[in-house]
Amino acid sequence: MFDKTVYLDNAASTRLDERVLEAMKPYFFDTYAVATSEFGYSMGIESKEGLERSRKVIASALGADANEIVFTSGSTESSNMAIKGVLSALKGKKDDHLIVSRLEDFDVLNTAKMLEKQGYKVDFIDVDSEGVLDLEMLKAAITPQTALVSIQYANQEIGTVQDIKAIADICKEKGVLLHTDATHSFTRLPLDVSQVSVDLVTVSAHTIHGPRGVGALYIREGTPINKWMDGGFQEFDLRAGIENIPGAVGFATAVELVTPEENEQLKAMRDRIIERVQSEISHVTLNGSATSRLPQNANLTFHYVEGESITLHLDMMGFAVSTGSACFSRSLEASHVILGIGGDHERAHGSLRFSFGRFNTMEDADAIIDALKEVVENLRAISPLSADD
Amino acid sequence: MTFPYSKEVLEHFRNPHNVGKMEDPDGKGLEGSAACGDMVAVYLKVNPDTLIIEDISFESYGCASNIATASIITELAKGKTLEDAKKITWKEAAEALGGLPAVKAHCSVLAVEGLRSAIRDYEEKHGMVVEDEPTDEEVIKRRLKHVMNPIKGLDIIRTELVMKIEVNEGNVRVVIDLPSHHQFAAAIKEDIIEKLEALWDVESVTVDFIS
Repeated sequence: MFDKTVYLDNAASTRLDERVLEAMKPYFFDTYAVATSEFGYSMGIESKEGLERSRKVIASALGADANEIVFTSGSTESSNMAIKGVLSALKGKKDDHLIVSRLEDFDVLNTAKMLEKQGYKVDFIDVDSEGVLDLEMLKAAITPQTALVSIQYANQEIGTVQDIKAIADICKEKGVLLHTDATHSFTRLPLDVSQVSVDLVTVSAHTIHGPRGVGALYIREGTPINKWMDGGFQEFDLRAGIENIPGAVGFATAVELVTPEENEQLKAMRDRIIERVQSEISHVTLNGSATSRLPQNANLTFHYVEGESITLHLDMMGFAVSTGSACFSRSLEASHVILGIGGDHERAHGSLRFSFGRFNTMEDADAIIDALKEVVENLRAISPLSADD
Repeated sequence: MTFPYSKEVLEHFRNPHNVGKMEDPDGKGLEGSAACGDMVAVYLKVNPDTLIIEDISFESYGCASNIATASIITELAKGKTLEDAKKITWKEAAEALGGLPAVKAHCSVLAVEGLRSAIRDYEEKHGMVVEDEPTDEEVIKRRLKHVMNPIKGLDIIRTELVMKIEVNEGNVRVVIDLPSHHQFAAAIKEDIIEKLEALWDVESVTVDFIS
């Protein structure tokens, strides 16, 4: 059944590229020693070399030095390490003030909420109706007590891309450290830390056809940060635990496989969905920015129908997409992102996210539009809501 | 692969029975709100001599649970007298559907409420409600059992979201145990006002939040 599924939920997770698996295999079956055994036997040296080669690849993709990359288990750990690590290192030197945007993914948002409960002062900065951060509000929020600003590069749900250079300039001018969650933009949009003065960057393999369970945190040299997980001395004594070397190798391979042509193809599919849906289905709203959005993301609200019903019908027709509807999740809360851009609950409930990956084709985009026309029409026919109300 | 929905739920979701708006219904009920993500409208045609529901249809804005329950409710109610139809419970509907996920209870209970409110509408229109009951705290509580608490998936009375009810010469005040900036505050307030202001002796409805 799954072979036939047109999978358009690549923001949640992507299918592993077979070339990634091939690159990882030797580190499971041949070179499986831990990297810390490099002084003991040759397999340890080979493991260490594999890890360090991978570190260089990730570093190079960010314009960083290899010793500024710490491998982690993914975005959640990277963002936790960045935020908790910096706040812990600055404790007593600056007041406990953290600034995040309202639209952050849960790795940052829930970390911030938890820290707020622990007594840290947290400001949640507003965004405009397209999801773009209010830079003036950010400027005004930064005080001499601010320890860290954490603003995502691109939004996981509506795809809006922030002007990370302008945000970094503001933070630099104010002398405040900046962390950005670049999980969804990494390799899809340029981010060169030698040009943009961001201090910490969260990245992950699972969004770019790499393995799940591996990510990295870029930490600019000299950034005050404490380890937040105790154990061994791996990863510059910042991330305890046996290194996931096959994961790191897979991550690096996934990074190397992304090409500018692929990103152009993703953009073409994104634009096709947005254009065709808006012209062929009535009462649709584009969520996020029309001009500044991730190449792989389209997010649209189909008014007068409920998202889970659409996704379930689409699933029966062989399509996998995601919705911001409360019914879709167990939390029973509608998407904080759609509400954060000023949308009401009805807009959130009827929103669908289409996120593309390497294995999607233009035919997939066209096929789901045709399916959507049928599903939305059928559900609207039984809905008590309509444009006339 | 197992869906959280039973085969029967999926079947009624795919092919719902008795759907669509009814022209000139004898009774109609609308429960839920778009803000909470679920809404059901139920329409009835009733034989005035036998008081049997001869035709019934529904419209739904909601998830699979909501649509499937509305579909089964119309099946269960068709051919029954109003008195018997009033006794149909959510549990009965859930059993007929081979079970519903607990987390979806709030989505599906609306269909039962929709049916009862359509019956009430018929009874009111046909002079079957003999005497207007004066609105007191108990009446308010009964009405508020139709307002969902989307956080818990059950109504705001059972989930103890209502902290205080005051009734003073037709002026009703309800205090809700949520901060006013909570994401569901505005939707709950709107729903409470809608449910209470229709009462015959209510002059005004005020909904306050704890902060």
